[in-house]
Amino acid sequence: MNAPEYTTIVGLEVHVQLKTASKLFCRCSTQFGAPPNTQVCPVCLGLPGSLPVLNAQAVQLAMRTGLALQCRIANFTKWDRKNYFYPDLPKGYQISQFDLPICAEGFLEIEIGSEATATRKKIRLVRAHLEEDAGKSLHDESATRDRKKSDTRIDLNRTGTPLLEIVSEPDIRSAEEAKSYLTELKLLLEYLDVSDCNMQEGSLRVDANVNVHIPNKDPNGKPIATPIVEVKNLNSFRAVERAIQYESARQYQLWQQNGLSIGQAPKQTRGWDDQDGITTLQREKEESADYRYFPDPDLVPVLIEESEIDHVLQSLCELPQTKRQRFVSEYQIKPYDAEVIVSQGLAIATYFESLIKLGSTPKRAAAWMQQDVLRTLRDQDIAIDQFAVTPCKLAGLLVAIESGKLDTTRGREVFNQLVQNPQIEVEAAIDSLGIVQVDNQAMEQLCAELLAANPDVVEKVKSGNAKAIGSLVGQAKKKNPNADPRVVQELCLTIINAS
Amino acid sequence: MSLDRAQVAKIALLARLSLSEQELDSATEQLGKIVGLFRQLEQVNTDGIEPLVHAIELHNVLAADQLAPSIERELALKNAPSADDECFRVNAVL
Ligand SMILES: [Zn+2]
Repeated sequence: MNAPEYTTIVGLEVHVQLKTASKLFCRCSTQFGAPPNTQVCPVCLGLPGSLPVLNAQAVQLAMRTGLALQCRIANFTKWDRKNYFYPDLPKGYQISQFDLPICAEGFLEIEIGSEATATRKKIRLVRAHLEEDAGKSLHDESATRDRKKSDTRIDLNRTGTPLLEIVSEPDIRSAEEAKSYLTELKLLLEYLDVSDCNMQEGSLRVDANVNVHIPNKDPNGKPIATPIVEVKNLNSFRAVERAIQYESARQYQLWQQNGLSIGQAPKQTRGWDDQDGITTLQREKEESADYRYFPDPDLVPVLIEESEIDHVLQSLCELPQTKRQRFVSEYQIKPYDAEVIVSQGLAIATYFESLIKLGSTPKRAAAWMQQDVLRTLRDQDIAIDQFAVTPCKLAGLLVAIESGKLDTTRGREVFNQLVQNPQIEVEAAIDSLGIVQVDNQAMEQLCAELLAANPDVVEKVKSGNAKAIGSLVGQAKKKNPNADPRVVQELCLTIINAS
Repeated sequence: MSLDRAQVAKIALLARLSLSEQELDSATEQLGKIVGLFRQLEQVNTDGIEPLVHAIELHNVLAADQLAPSIERELALKNAPSADDECFRVNAVL
């Protein structure tokens, strides 16, 4: 195999909107979708004389996230002003954390490679800090035509909403790894219940720092690094993937043309254009990167005792990776099955465990979760908490199948009844389908009749093609819907072998 | 080392202050004096002294995450140089 032309190097900055009722420094609502400028007050409007007061819950959620990301929680953390002018930032500065962030130096483990050869990789985190969100600029189409009107409208409802900015080291080596990192991070945040992670509503936003390393022709030389580009406007995980692929190829091509490496050209900010699938240079004024951070005199520092950190650590729920490992070791299900179930979210994983606690075998529960339950949820486009079939009912059905009372095919019919009729109980659904366990004698007779009527099948089986029996299963089902296909096959083979 | 005119012009730009040539001269002189004062402070030996991050000896001023009423939109928009019924209006931002 040829050596790759270049290696893609990516670090991600993820802004997570924390699930608090009120904003980071005032008690206005953070609810999404309210009419413009109805969730504002002197503090978040940046009016003179107002004083910000820190939201205690935001600190708790930041600690919870930091601990789950294996970060060191600061015993002493403070607030700084990041100064810049933009119409959606009424104060002229953003309250953020510069040199003493609340969380530092963690990592997130991701899975890389495909199923059979999958390995785990640690993506190190530089830090995670709290900061306030800016407002929203709404472009007014109607005003564009009327030059007398200014044509950007500003809604400050979002201004001051708590964000946790999670910054990774440039440990990510491909678009796929970036997607894997984001998927695992989102899952973790959902398990922790610290954020809605809704990209459409902007509660999870991603910027990517991308460059490429090109092998040096001099065997003793270090790889050549291209100038770093920050890619913004990434509105979906798919967009992140595509943008990284595009941007790394673009940088390699550009380097082939101009030979400029890191330090020989300034860091650029480029915007992702999802429609055209390209990144474009964002208009940037020379001074824009000069944020002149300084400590915010309106806010006092936060001291966090070790005992409080311990308390939060103790209260953490089981994290996705721990759950996957436990499902494999405790229930002996395949790692792949554990992965599918855990990755569907905490509610799905809990539903699965309930099935086992209510008597189903783990293997059968895992199979039904992945096929029947998840498919129905997808078809009906609903979440598990809206699902008509309670864990209790499904477990009852799976136990009935396990005991041989009905086969899997008829079990699916019962399942469909349970899905369509939320009122019906398992026993009633089984009865309504006329399902009764067929006794062995009746089955033997049925099989004997079928074999007598199909001598060609008997011949095929005798000449070594046991699979030919399969054609009799359908006929058996027609004669008696309760016939268990597995039993039909076994009995027919026994009868033929004995003849 | 004192501040030069170009540095002050850059600071003014960052602060969105439009200074006349004359104002730039006086600001350069005044800011230069302030920087000089800090140079003087730098002479003090601070070995072994904990950095002070805040002038007030307070910490952990926190509020519970409970909603309080916002203000009326009309009031919020009242003093804006330009607004419509719902939003602040500004010159086009690209
Ligand atoms: Zn407010």
